[in-house]
Amino acid sequence: MTYIQLSYGDLALPALLVVMDGVLSLVLRLKLEKQLAIATVRMVVQLVLVGYVLTFLFAAVSPLWTAFAAIIMVLFASREIVARQKRRLPGVWKYGLGAGCTLLAAGTITMFALLTELRPDPWYHPRYALPLLGMILGNTMTGISLGLDVLTNSLVRERAAIEACLALGGTRHQALLPIIRDALRSGFMPIMNSMAAIGLVSLPGMMTGQILAGVEPVDAAKYQLLIMFLIAGGTGLGTLAAVLGSAHLLTDHRHRLRLDRISTDGLA
Amino acid sequence: MLTVHALKRLHISVSFELQNGECVALQGPSGVGKTLLLRSIADLDPNEGTVKLDGTLREAMPAPVWRKRVTYLATEPGWWSDTVRDHFTAWDDALPLATRLGLPDDCGSWPVQRLSTGERQRLGLVRALMLRSRVLLLDEPTSALDSASAAAVESLIAERISNGTSVIWSTHDNAQARRVGSRIFAMGPDGGITENRP
Repeated sequence: MTYIQLSYGDLALPALLVVMDGVLSLVLRLKLEKQLAIATVRMVVQLVLVGYVLTFLFAAVSPLWTAFAAIIMVLFASREIVARQKRRLPGVWKYGLGAGCTLLAAGTITMFALLTELRPDPWYHPRYALPLLGMILGNTMTGISLGLDVLTNSLVRERAAIEACLALGGTRHQALLPIIRDALRSGFMPIMNSMAAIGLVSLPGMMTGQILAGVEPVDAAKYQLLIMFLIAGGTGLGTLAAVLGSAHLLTDHRHRLRLDRISTDGLA
Repeated sequence: MLTVHALKRLHISVSFELQNGECVALQGPSGVGKTLLLRSIADLDPNEGTVKLDGTLREAMPAPVWRKRVTYLATEPGWWSDTVRDHFTAWDDALPLATRLGLPDDCGSWPVQRLSTGERQRLGLVRALMLRSRVLLLDEPTSALDSASAAAVESLIAERISNGTSVIWSTHDNAQARRVGSRIFAMGPDGGITENRP
């Protein structure tokens, strides 16, 4: 396996392309130059830092440090889920539900892959565990935030229909089932779309990376298939847990719809 | 008999008894809390107090069972499916009631989206009546109806009352309140009720 190494100097010329974007924004008065500068600086700092952090973790191969890094990743994912919600859950559940479900789904699926198929030595080796977790986490997060968004918005919009069903003696499960189905469908949609389009429209980032690093394309494709299967499993599990959990939280034991538990501080 | 004792929800605080086969009209200005009271009796909102049907506490049974016996009907009933028929477990049994309220024979296949407010109100009532509940909590059930339809609703409910169903009927129409209610509960801005005999 050979790959062409880059020095920081090699990045100077491509970075000029971003400068070109900035000049365009100035000339066309798009007023994007400030945002563009911030985003670029963030990207550079975050990626270089991650490079060093991963170097440290790969050298340490410590279960504790690996677990710590995994938890930080889950926390950022749950913050992202909350940021994408227009209507939010109350109190500890605001972050708790997203964090719990991403941890449950992405964690289980990552462990599953590490213990059954990849079997690195040791099994928690961060070189395998963290990139795997990261990819599953990113997609699970998208599924969960879409599912939750559709669920809470539909509950508010369809309130009259749900309460009519409850008033006629329907259980909370019966009353919410159509909306739970819609929410799950929305959560699953992105992963299904990307599975259908993969390879034809886009070469996935991981596969591209492996090919650039000198891996045979067919081997890279196998790796990508493994990842896609894991992502599909993680998204399914995470979205299911998050939507059912939040449907449970927004109703109570007397089968009432509890929209009062939704806070709308995210509403602009 | 429905017993409501020290029922509290927001500013509302009421106690009363409702005999079998009795209809009480509930009156009061808009926003005074008539809907809140009816919803609380049906246990659709969190509330405090003891509510019993024939001496059995509502907490002694699952909420869906309670609501099949003590049924709340909203002013604008909600619909969860596409056609009228989908909302009924036995549409053939419901059809005679619908025709009595002036709806045509083919209304079962109507899409809910195209129903007028008055059609929704009458079909919502038919849907609730199919439960044969012990107590009906009717929230302005004729607010969107012409006088002929309203009269049909009143006579249909009167039949149920004579068969032993108890009713709380919220209405802004004073004449209707005197027609349907053997007693009138006037709700005030303090959240209490005072009883008048018509």
